[in-house]
Amino acid sequence: MLAQFLQFLFSGLTVGATYALAALGFTLIYNASNVINFAQGEFIMLGGMLAVFFTVSGFPLPVALVLAILLPAVVGVLLEKLAIEPVKGAETVTLIIITIGASLVIRGLVQVWLGKSTFALPAFSGEEPIQILGATLMPQSLWVFGVTAVVVAVLWYFFNRTLSGKAMLATSFNRTAAELVGINTSWVLFMSFAMAAALGALGGILIAPITMTSYDVGIMLGLKGFVAAVVGGLGNGLGAVVGGLLVGILEAMGAGYISSAYKDAMPFILIIFILFFMPRGLFGGKSTDRV
Amino acid sequence: MALLEVKDLSIHFGGVKAVQNVSFSIDAGIVYSVIGPNGAGKTTLFNLITGVYKPTTGEIRLDGEAIHGKSPNELAERGMARTFQNLQICMNMTAVENVMVGAHLRLDRNLFKAAFRLPALRRRDAEVREEAIQLMQFVGLEAYVNERADAMPYGALKRLEIARALAMKPRIIFLDEPAAGLNPKETIEVDHLVRKVADAGITVVLVEHDMKMVMNLSDRILVLDYGKKLAEGTGEEIRNNPDVIAAYLGTHA
Amino acid sequence: MQKKLNIGLLIVIAILLLVPFIAPNSFYLDLAIRMAINAMIVLGLNLLIGFAGQISLGHAGFLGIGAYASAVLPTHFNWHPLLAMGAGALITGLLAALVARPIFKLKGNYLAMATLGLGIIINITLRNEAQWTGGPDGMPVLPMSLFGLEIYGDKQWYWIIAAMLVFAVWASQNLIDSPFGRALRALHGSEVASQVVGVDVVRYKVSIFVLSAVFASIMGSVTAHYIGFVSPNFADFFHSIELVTMVVVGGMASVFGSLVGAVLLTALPQALATFEGWETVVFGAILMGFMIFLPKGIVPTLAAKFGKGE
Repeated sequence: MLAQFLQFLFSGLTVGATYALAALGFTLIYNASNVINFAQGEFIMLGGMLAVFFTVSGFPLPVALVLAILLPAVVGVLLEKLAIEPVKGAETVTLIIITIGASLVIRGLVQVWLGKSTFALPAFSGEEPIQILGATLMPQSLWVFGVTAVVVAVLWYFFNRTLSGKAMLATSFNRTAAELVGINTSWVLFMSFAMAAALGALGGILIAPITMTSYDVGIMLGLKGFVAAVVGGLGNGLGAVVGGLLVGILEAMGAGYISSAYKDAMPFILIIFILFFMPRGLFGGKSTDRV
Repeated sequence: MALLEVKDLSIHFGGVKAVQNVSFSIDAGIVYSVIGPNGAGKTTLFNLITGVYKPTTGEIRLDGEAIHGKSPNELAERGMARTFQNLQICMNMTAVENVMVGAHLRLDRNLFKAAFRLPALRRRDAEVREEAIQLMQFVGLEAYVNERADAMPYGALKRLEIARALAMKPRIIFLDEPAAGLNPKETIEVDHLVRKVADAGITVVLVEHDMKMVMNLSDRILVLDYGKKLAEGTGEEIRNNPDVIAAYLGTHA
Repeated sequence: MQKKLNIGLLIVIAILLLVPFIAPNSFYLDLAIRMAINAMIVLGLNLLIGFAGQISLGHAGFLGIGAYASAVLPTHFNWHPLLAMGAGALITGLLAALVARPIFKLKGNYLAMATLGLGIIINITLRNEAQWTGGPDGMPVLPMSLFGLEIYGDKQWYWIIAAMLVFAVWASQNLIDSPFGRALRALHGSEVASQVVGVDVVRYKVSIFVLSAVFASIMGSVTAHYIGFVSPNFADFFHSIELVTMVVVGGMASVFGSLVGAVLLTALPQALATFEGWETVVFGAILMGFMIFLPKGIVPTLAAKFGKGE
């Protein structure tokens, strides 16, 4: 009983950490630009696929991983410069459609370039499972937990203790006011997309040895990251992390105890319930529109 | 009995007390102005009375019936109309359609009758269109009837908002800075327009910075400062009120 | 204005009358039928997206409900196809209303999330309940019969669907130019302004969402009977996006834009057949390109260029 529960918990936390990173990406971009970036999932896919590509091409693992984070960050910046900035101030519907278009372009290009096959990335430090109270934990999961924890800590430090981070935060609260005190909000936008893409890619790399990767994994991973961000209250960084872990655990428990066939539906059932009963997410505040 | 009564009205946004314990009443048929420095809470007061915001505490009564906490569309049904300081025109529609929207509650909104183009509904719609065109003449916009709203100049849009509000056939109309951003000539036109609206028997509540216009039009004036009621009375009383003079010229004047 | 709208409708009727005589073979007639079906779905979706300014990323899910109601109920329970179609529409309407009520109190992004989630849940359910739906492989659909007569052949289907399309265009035009339609457009233009003139915005958003969902469901049923087969791809997320693309390309808030968008994007896969594998890229690029460079879509942009006609 306990062993089974732990097993589900481990796999839930592992995949949940990826959702958390994706949700942080959504949050960063949302705070900087009020855009829900439906292409966030494609950064996750890019991370995993590029990591595979570069390792197979003969790069040493660390180099391959760095490249697989940097390239998606460049793609993120391109997306912002070419598609988001030109339509500044557009309606929500317009922005949603643009990012959906971008996700199709990225996915389609990867499909044309690397094909439709499924790839596996070798685990970072072996495949010897660790036994804990009858449940098994893959070493890769430890990598996922560790790196996610470090990233969250670094982000916390960045936003609370550095000037650049505070500038980004200030922009999210009030763009005009931020501009008035001299913050370069265009730079903030640039940074947000770069960081969001890098975070997504990192999540994709970490999870690739466990779940495998292919050109089309981005849709579901991205959507679940979005669910996590909404669960945590759109725009709330801590909420995004908690939301990600929660969605991961719920999905694993649901698959284990209720029905594995409906595993992918669980996050969406959750989100509909949350929107029903807690419309601003678990950690979302109230807001009043000015007229 | 007064048409509109406001008692101990307050709203807090987090720690900010935008409106605090404001009380006043407005008799039917008069022009009542709300003045005060920027940030005094005038627009917030309008938003509270017209249901856009829900008060933290206090009461609002229209004809003796409590209306605080009701939604804007419920208040519209009770004959309350308003315009906005920042234009709220539907730019995706023509000018006359904007005015026709004002008649929303007086029309048959049934979806199926509309889809099947029932003659009764069409006839009524044509009548309201005529009415809207007349209203546009009333506010001086006859040249713009079939123009798209997004092609109209700012001054015309300000008056289009008034026409839309009048299309509701309201008992009381709240005008939030109808002359803001207008040139002197346009301001005088709006001044005359407000007078015409009041003469038509509609109670007018006005927020305006143009003091000449306020003094010229108002039967009574309410002065707000930092969300609180500073004074209330006729134009003459307000002009001579020491608190008001201090608030406008600085405490040590 | 009234006259102009009718000219548009007459052109649609003329084209629909001509197609069977100029279509060189049944391949083109089939294409025309699928264009017309998509045009009707897009008309409904455009009422929601273009006119009311709300989004649905799960419309294919509603289409799927209609299609599978028409597949499952006659096959497993011996229902008459028309009854099954009605049941599908009813289920869709109830589901849409149930979800919409709380969601429409919120703004754009949450709505996108909720509709998307609903679509995905429907799709997954259709894939998993194999004993009823045939699972990922789909299932055959019994033929449609009207007044005891079975509809068969592209010709018969064509005339039925053409008649439906003419009605749909006419009804949409009427709806837009009515108090109901004005309220919809007004809440898109300024939500707070429409509220203070008395528009119950949540009610209107819910009504138009339910209406367009039911429309999609009925079209799903029609498609199922016409093709004679259903599969979970009907309710795919990508299909939802395709429908949104048709709205965007043709022109948001434009009746004839809906038709143009549906025609172009139904033909596009045929045109892209030679670019094996590039379909997704092209689709995505079209979506982005239109939103950035031609945000009003084809028909409204042309209309603005050549005179003021709507």
